[in-house]
Amino acid sequence: MPKRTDIQSVLVIGSGPIVIGQAAEFDYSGTQACRVLKTEGLRVILVNSNPATIMTDPEIADATYVEPITPEFVEKIIAKERPDALLPTLGGQTALNTAISLHDNGVLEKYGVELIGANVEAINKGEDRDLFKDVVEEVRRKIGHGESARSVICHTMDEVLAGVDELGGYPVVVRPSFTMGGAGSGFAHDEDELRRIAGQGLTLSPTTEVLLEESILGWKEYELELMRDKNDNVVVVCSIENFDPMGVHTGDSITVAPAMTLTDREYQTLRDIGIAVIREVGVDTGGCNIQFAVNPEDGRVIVIEMNPRVSRSSALASKATGFPIAKIAAKLAVGYTLDEIPNDITRVTPASFEPTLDYVVVKAPRFAFEKFPSADSTLTTTMKSVGEAMAIGRNFTEAFQKALRSLEKKGSHFTFVGDPGDKAEMLREAVRPTDGRINAVMQAIRAGATPEEVFAHTKIDPWFVDQLFLLKEIADDLAAAPELTADLLAEAKRHGFSDQQIAEIRGLREDVVREVRHALGIRPVYKTVDTCAAEFAATTPYFYSSYDEESEVAPREKPAVIILGSGPNRIGQGIEFDYSCVHASFALSDAGYETVMVNCNPETVSTDYDTSDRLYFEPLTLEDVLEIVHAEQQAGPVAGVIVQLGGQTPLGLSQALKDNGVPVVGTPPEAIHAAEDRGAFGRVLKEAGLPAPKHGTATTFTEARAIADEIGYPVLVRPSYVLGGRGMEIVYDETRLASYIAESTEISPSRPVLVDRFLDDALEIDVDALYDGEELYLGGVMEHIEEAGIHSGDSACALPPITLGGHDIKRLRASTEAIARGVGVRGLINIQFALSGDILYVLEANPRASRTVPFTSKATAVPLAKAAARISLGATVAELRAEGLLPARGDGGDLPLDAPISVKEAVLPWSRFRDIHGRGVDTVLGPEMRSTGEVMGIDSAFGTAYAKSQAGAYGPLPTKGRAFISVANRDKRSMIFPARELVAHGFDLLATSGTAEVLKRNGINATVVRKQSEGTGPNGEKTIVQLIHDGEVDLIVNTPYGTGGRLDGYDIRTAAVARSVPCLTTVQALAAAVQGIDALNRGEVGVRSLQEHAQHLTAARD
Amino acid sequence: MTTSTRGAARTPAVLVLEDGRIFRGRAYGAVGETFGEAVFSTGMTGYQETLTDPSYHRQVVVMTAPHVGNTGVNDDDPESRRIWVAGYVVRDPARVPSNWRSRRPLDEELAAQGVVGISGIDTRALTRHLRERGAMRVGIFSGATVPDDAALLARVREVPPMQGADLAAEVATTEPYVVPAAGEKRFTVAAVDLGIKGMTAQRMAQRGIEVHVLPANATVDDVYAVEPDGVFFSNGPGDPATADHPVSVMRAVLERGTPLFGICFGNQILGRALGFGTYKLKYGHRGINQPVQDRTTGKVEVTSHNHGFAVDAPLDQVSDTPFGRAEVSHVCLNDNVVEGLRLLDKPAFSVQYHPEAAAGPHDAAYLFDRFVSLMEGQRA
Repeated sequence: MPKRTDIQSVLVIGSGPIVIGQAAEFDYSGTQACRVLKTEGLRVILVNSNPATIMTDPEIADATYVEPITPEFVEKIIAKERPDALLPTLGGQTALNTAISLHDNGVLEKYGVELIGANVEAINKGEDRDLFKDVVEEVRRKIGHGESARSVICHTMDEVLAGVDELGGYPVVVRPSFTMGGAGSGFAHDEDELRRIAGQGLTLSPTTEVLLEESILGWKEYELELMRDKNDNVVVVCSIENFDPMGVHTGDSITVAPAMTLTDREYQTLRDIGIAVIREVGVDTGGCNIQFAVNPEDGRVIVIEMNPRVSRSSALASKATGFPIAKIAAKLAVGYTLDEIPNDITRVTPASFEPTLDYVVVKAPRFAFEKFPSADSTLTTTMKSVGEAMAIGRNFTEAFQKALRSLEKKGSHFTFVGDPGDKAEMLREAVRPTDGRINAVMQAIRAGATPEEVFAHTKIDPWFVDQLFLLKEIADDLAAAPELTADLLAEAKRHGFSDQQIAEIRGLREDVVREVRHALGIRPVYKTVDTCAAEFAATTPYFYSSYDEESEVAPREKPAVIILGSGPNRIGQGIEFDYSCVHASFALSDAGYETVMVNCNPETVSTDYDTSDRLYFEPLTLEDVLEIVHAEQQAGPVAGVIVQLGGQTPLGLSQALKDNGVPVVGTPPEAIHAAEDRGAFGRVLKEAGLPAPKHGTATTFTEARAIADEIGYPVLVRPSYVLGGRGMEIVYDETRLASYIAESTEISPSRPVLVDRFLDDALEIDVDALYDGEELYLGGVMEHIEEAGIHSGDSACALPPITLGGHDIKRLRASTEAIARGVGVRGLINIQFALSGDILYVLEANPRASRTVPFTSKATAVPLAKAAARISLGATVAELRAEGLLPARGDGGDLPLDAPISVKEAVLPWSRFRDIHGRGVDTVLGPEMRSTGEVMGIDSAFGTAYAKSQAGAYGPLPTKGRAFISVANRDKRSMIFPARELVAHGFDLLATSGTAEVLKRNGINATVVRKQSEGTGPNGEKTIVQLIHDGEVDLIVNTPYGTGGRLDGYDIRTAAVARSVPCLTTVQALAAAVQGIDALNRGEVGVRSLQEHAQHLTAARD
Repeated sequence: MTTSTRGAARTPAVLVLEDGRIFRGRAYGAVGETFGEAVFSTGMTGYQETLTDPSYHRQVVVMTAPHVGNTGVNDDDPESRRIWVAGYVVRDPARVPSNWRSRRPLDEELAAQGVVGISGIDTRALTRHLRERGAMRVGIFSGATVPDDAALLARVREVPPMQGADLAAEVATTEPYVVPAAGEKRFTVAAVDLGIKGMTAQRMAQRGIEVHVLPANATVDDVYAVEPDGVFFSNGPGDPATADHPVSVMRAVLERGTPLFGICFGNQILGRALGFGTYKLKYGHRGINQPVQDRTTGKVEVTSHNHGFAVDAPLDQVSDTPFGRAEVSHVCLNDNVVEGLRLLDKPAFSVQYHPEAAAGPHDAAYLFDRFVSLMEGQRA
């Protein structure tokens, strides 16, 4: 039966900002779904607050609402657009929860909107632990397999404590109901841990419910991805086996597809259970993910959980198999059946089959613990990784080593030289699952551990353990051989050893190993991901490398452009860069090039097999990229390689690629150096007559002290060549400077530390611009809400700038052009300025697409990344204006007065992390970036746009209630006006004694509350922290006292995070929030699609 | 330093196809030489079942899944008394098996049963070659000294081709035996063994059927001597065009109207008994992920396949046969190959694929229930 004819329009809900547990994979799935629905002739209405996504590109949907994903805003959109149906299964937990709210509060019924893709009953059965237990029991009754872990449901702490006895004691697992990415869950080994984890879990769960469960730590963990259509046809798309046994969240585990250590009988049992579960739950048109634990002793199978929607694992499974789950889910939702949908890759076979793999896929998680030094790095059932890399190989070792080097993190791949350390100590270290556990295991093996010892300490399956031994044995062979023979090299390459690893083992340079290897004729071939293990011919060029015999890269005629992607998501380099790469691919394809994408991030749109003409799912290291360039040059003409859109990862390869004769297009490596090297950049500024804050570079403390003494404290210190402000700090005195230099591991004579004068109180400005060598196109000017010193990625900003005048813009334009010319940019450049005492200082310039490109593009309705890609290949701004890719006249610096105001707000992952004592981590912003994602609020006035950005990022601003204010001395003056406004809006103010005194002198009444340090009062008066925990505070303003004494507000801010109370940590944010509250109180806040905004903007320009 | 496990696996081996393409790798299993028809199997699990499936007799099986042997060998999963494949081709054999049911490593088992294999070759390249050129004769040679390629090729070309091969008798039991019903006995079935898999009899036994397994040369009298409620024709190796004896037995069964069920080779025999032809597929269906549509319900089942030949019957019409009207009941959605036949006027049906599913998904287990219903219907 074909498509339903009773649905003409569909509302798709996205997943909002990138947070841990809900990341770019939902952009990938949402984009696929929107495209499919549009192709089917439906009107697609989309809501997503995340501007960095491809799905919010105006051409993906018919009406794109960059509005907060809250029931209130989505209702406004429904009222305006009146869609026939709502598809909630492609936007993660956010979309599902929003849809359930809209169902529960009657909005869907009121407007006659049908939920498609999953029904409410199925969602509840899948998500509610109690109901799901019944499902599993019913499945066991029907097919005789599968059971739940023994468990108790609890709603209070008393029930929790009683529950432990019922389960037979510790350890127990705590799982809160209805939270995403397993937020708030963990293992409790004693009562203290139990009280902490379960207490937080009860708070986090929207239904105040947690589940206590018997421990199945150390069991084997598996996942199945299933799809079902309305005719009850079910297919299992992929099986996934976790390398890390039970106890580590699957998002934090190294995972392998297909399952490696199951016999057919055991696999079929899981499959039977999976199918019975999807039927019992009642997911009738779409996909789901089911997780299993298998006891390695006897094969007992426990069904852990299911997600009745597209999940992170679905994205991984889609990339791992070539079976596009989201696309098919969208088709099933509008009425198709699996047998009616063709398999894109073979074209001749239908989607009602199960992919079979003739390769191995390994996914490895990317963590960011270095950003949260106080956070406990033990991996638990709460997901903590911020991204992931996937690799494909013809065997496990090849895929595994490729995945580890794809992580692009110091020490992420195995090292086989040096002292492995003490065996017993390494084994002890391997017991605790952490980011680096796998390296500890390898070192233990090198130190002489036996396979039995490794298994006993880690419970990693013996087959995987043997694969680690295999790697170690090859490393030994490499080390012992008198010379690198062809056989030896070929064997090492077959098991994924990089030239760099071989070089390290042999004491050679990497390029020497490469030369030897090429001389011996050992090069990778490229195989195709085809869903069918070569049973049918594939038409989709989705490649991975392997050291095997036969390559499948077909010759081509058209010139190709190779676009290097950005690798695994991490803090500082996320989905924004994928956005730019995808746009480049689209634009260059339109311009007649064959586009070739290289990336290793399974969560992204760039690694979708139909985004580019060819896809290489490969690590972004010099070796891997050089081999791809070689293969493509053998296949046909290569016009160039684009390195400036994928962030620092490809940019860092630029010079080496050029040195190896690769045609790098766009901004040349020398220009990149001119922007990144302090000395060279200083000369550019000097020539242009532009001021930078006083600065110097040092490699020792003595040098650093001399510089600081000369320019005066506070100083901003940081290692050179870093992204996301890694290791950046504002230093207020010599003592801290000394300890900073001592602690920093990144500093060496070749990597000096930069010491800059810190501009206190400066206004920070970000500019994105295009330059073609002749003409500048000012993409947009963003004014930061927070002052300089807070990383631009963590700061909120407004576009167009809300307080800058025409004169300032003129200065910015002139400076930007001078720098772009001086550096030699061909494409995009991002410059950060600071305005202090009417002097416009240049803080830094990045000759590449910046994090803000998607935001700027959406706020100004101009596709900057597309234009940049074209300029890289020789087009001029004038030509692009004539073509219509850029506006015929004007640019992002001279937006019409009534242009909408866009506000970008950063989203921070505080609630994910705890220190080793189980306390929250501090939330104060600083020069090191820590946000994982962003939202955009767009409206005609700043206040409304800001209010929307807050609602999108953290939940709606309160419009009345109690506001607590406690600010640092330097902020006391600027606090008075906003505080008065809060009172005018009907807020009751609470303050600590010092702040209350200042308010009182200014005629503002505030109730004095007790500080945490003062403890509960004689008459039981609560401290501020208790008040927050008890839900008696609606808004918190707490600015830190300097940087030395950051712990002052620590308890307040962590309580705010725990209770999800809006917490402003700068006075600038307070001022903006007051404008937002004002807008909310003044009346109805409307919704408007990007398409409408763009029309309005174009009309205003003409 | 170099451990013995990797050292031992370094005996050279060479795989020679009849069209002259050669792959060089390392010995796996027994060292020596072997010949057969090269076919590829795409299942990612179930190597033990594949190796012991009698339908693979005289075939050299190429595994598309790179890692083979990970779960070792146990004593529960074999589908027959021995390994039948003529040779085994894998990319990355396991060095250490891991499974709670594993008793011994696979390479040991292969060596013990004298099965010559090769590892470390580009199995995907070989699979693509077979896909484009079709299944063909092959030889694997391993040992410290291997003769020159031209000599090997000449020997491969001397091997008799699969077309025209009558192999059922070589794999079937020589003596009848009985698989008792699990629980209460409800029916008796005479199962003609043309290469039957252990799981097939088990699936019947689970449904209260006492299965009398008869040798391939069983006569009509032998069949009816067990007083069967139903007759079953099994899977098996070789070219169905040579299976004249089972075809004549089946015709007799159809005459008498005894409920009849056939699997794989049994489907081809039913096709021939009804007067349809059979033909050799270019490279066959071998895997556990094949979508088959049941044309009566429209539902799609994911199924286990192992067949190199197929029945040539019209898809879009009911055919008149000597035994009344017949229709194609199941088709493979990948290539529209006939996957099942059904008589409309007599209680007889068959499928080309493997509902007993060992290895493979259990989606088609309902076919055994259909067989039971036919027998129930006959009784009523």
